[in-house]
Amino acid sequence: MSENAARIRAVLKDHARLNRDAETLDDDSDLYQAGMTSHASVNVMLALEGEFDIEFPDHMLKRSVFESVGAIAAAIGELTEGR
Amino acid sequence: MTTLSAIKTGPLLARTAAIATDVAACHAADVDAKSRFPQETFDALRQARLLSAAVPATHGGAGAGMLELGTQCAALAQGCGSSGMVLAMHHIQVACIARHAQGSAFFERYLRENLVERQELVASITSENGTFGDTRSSVCAVAIDGDRMSLEKDATTVSYGQHADAQLVTCRRTADAAASDQVLVLFEKGNYTLAQTGNWDTLGMRGTCSPGAKFSGHGTTAQILPGSFADSSAQTMVPYSHILWSALWSGIAADALGRAAAFVRAGARKNPGSVPPNAVQLARAQVELQAMRHNWESCAIAFDEMTAEDDQAAREALGTMGWALKMNQLKMACSEMAPKLCHEALQIIGIMGYKNDSPFSVGRHYRDVLSAALMVSNGRIAAKSASMLLVFKDD
Repeated sequence: MSENAARIRAVLKDHARLNRDAETLDDDSDLYQAGMTSHASVNVMLALEGEFDIEFPDHMLKRSVFESVGAIAAAIGELTEGR
Repeated sequence: MTTLSAIKTGPLLARTAAIATDVAACHAADVDAKSRFPQETFDALRQARLLSAAVPATHGGAGAGMLELGTQCAALAQGCGSSGMVLAMHHIQVACIARHAQGSAFFERYLRENLVERQELVASITSENGTFGDTRSSVCAVAIDGDRMSLEKDATTVSYGQHADAQLVTCRRTADAAASDQVLVLFEKGNYTLAQTGNWDTLGMRGTCSPGAKFSGHGTTAQILPGSFADSSAQTMVPYSHILWSALWSGIAADALGRAAAFVRAGARKNPGSVPPNAVQLARAQVELQAMRHNWESCAIAFDEMTAEDDQAAREALGTMGWALKMNQLKMACSEMAPKLCHEALQIIGIMGYKNDSPFSVGRHYRDVLSAALMVSNGRIAAKSASMLLVFKDD
């Protein structure tokens, strides 16, 4: 889980266009309040799909799933469970 | 949920259609020529207590759903496009307040006393110099000092701002908030100034009176709508805007084609026994008008079904990419179809449609709907859809 969190932070650093360093974010920090726009969030989704070799189903393509490192990690955990 | 047949025979539509015919249509040419607010229409709507159609019944309003509001806006736009647009925008603001007030005493009182009892009109200020048309980002921020707050905003367009009783304004939540971390703040007349910074001399939608303005307002923190604009935008402002606008554009196109149909009938009466060539053109145009109507109606029905149980799951569903794409596609389809249909009406009618002083004139209709692809630029919407489709699977 913590390894995933580090990979998620690296994706956020490259694509979320946050107004602060992704490394300093808590797991439950609100990414939208940290400056991630809905446009940037699409790039984050794409990069996460590439990084973790997953596809987010449409029901996961909503704001709350990508609102924090913890929420993203939970979604990825669900998609990679049993691998 | 109210069915379409119940809406079509209901009092809201009947009373609005009467005002569209007896008031709005009579003044539409003058409103357009002088680029003035359709005051007569709104006096009549206020008197008939139709301005609170979108206020929930629990707060004393008619509690009309999206399908009924769309039908109402389309009916009014058949008489006067600018009137239909102002009514739609008012409903959008009212819906944001009604659906996101979350038990706030200030907003509940506002709904009941100002919107229902006094039938007040609400404008919004979402545009701003420096955001380049992106309503989901703000430069200005609300300044909070204890329970007092103030806000200044340099807006590029404020529709009917000078004619409204209140302004619902987007801004950043705090001075150090990100550009997209926004809230909506309501300012009532007497607590703000609007200094006009430009003119509103446009091709169409001239009665919406939407020049730029510098806004300066103050009040208490109770006037800040609870929650975030990210949610009220996705769950309310965007669906209400795109569905009600599409509805009123279809109303304008229907009136243009209605004039074309009257022209074709008049010609046919002179020569019974043969179908005139322009009747075939009309038949083809009606295919597109029906598709356009069904497009917005089906989105409105979907919205009313989704919000019948207005719980967290319903709100989340309105925040999904699938719904956002559906709204974008509706807006692009109807905003592009309306000018095409006005163009078709003009081809069917010919010179009598081109003349401004003819009963078959469709010039105002055509000019009004040319705004459709620009108010929230279709280029911007297509780019957003394109981006979403990179991750959306339609599974």
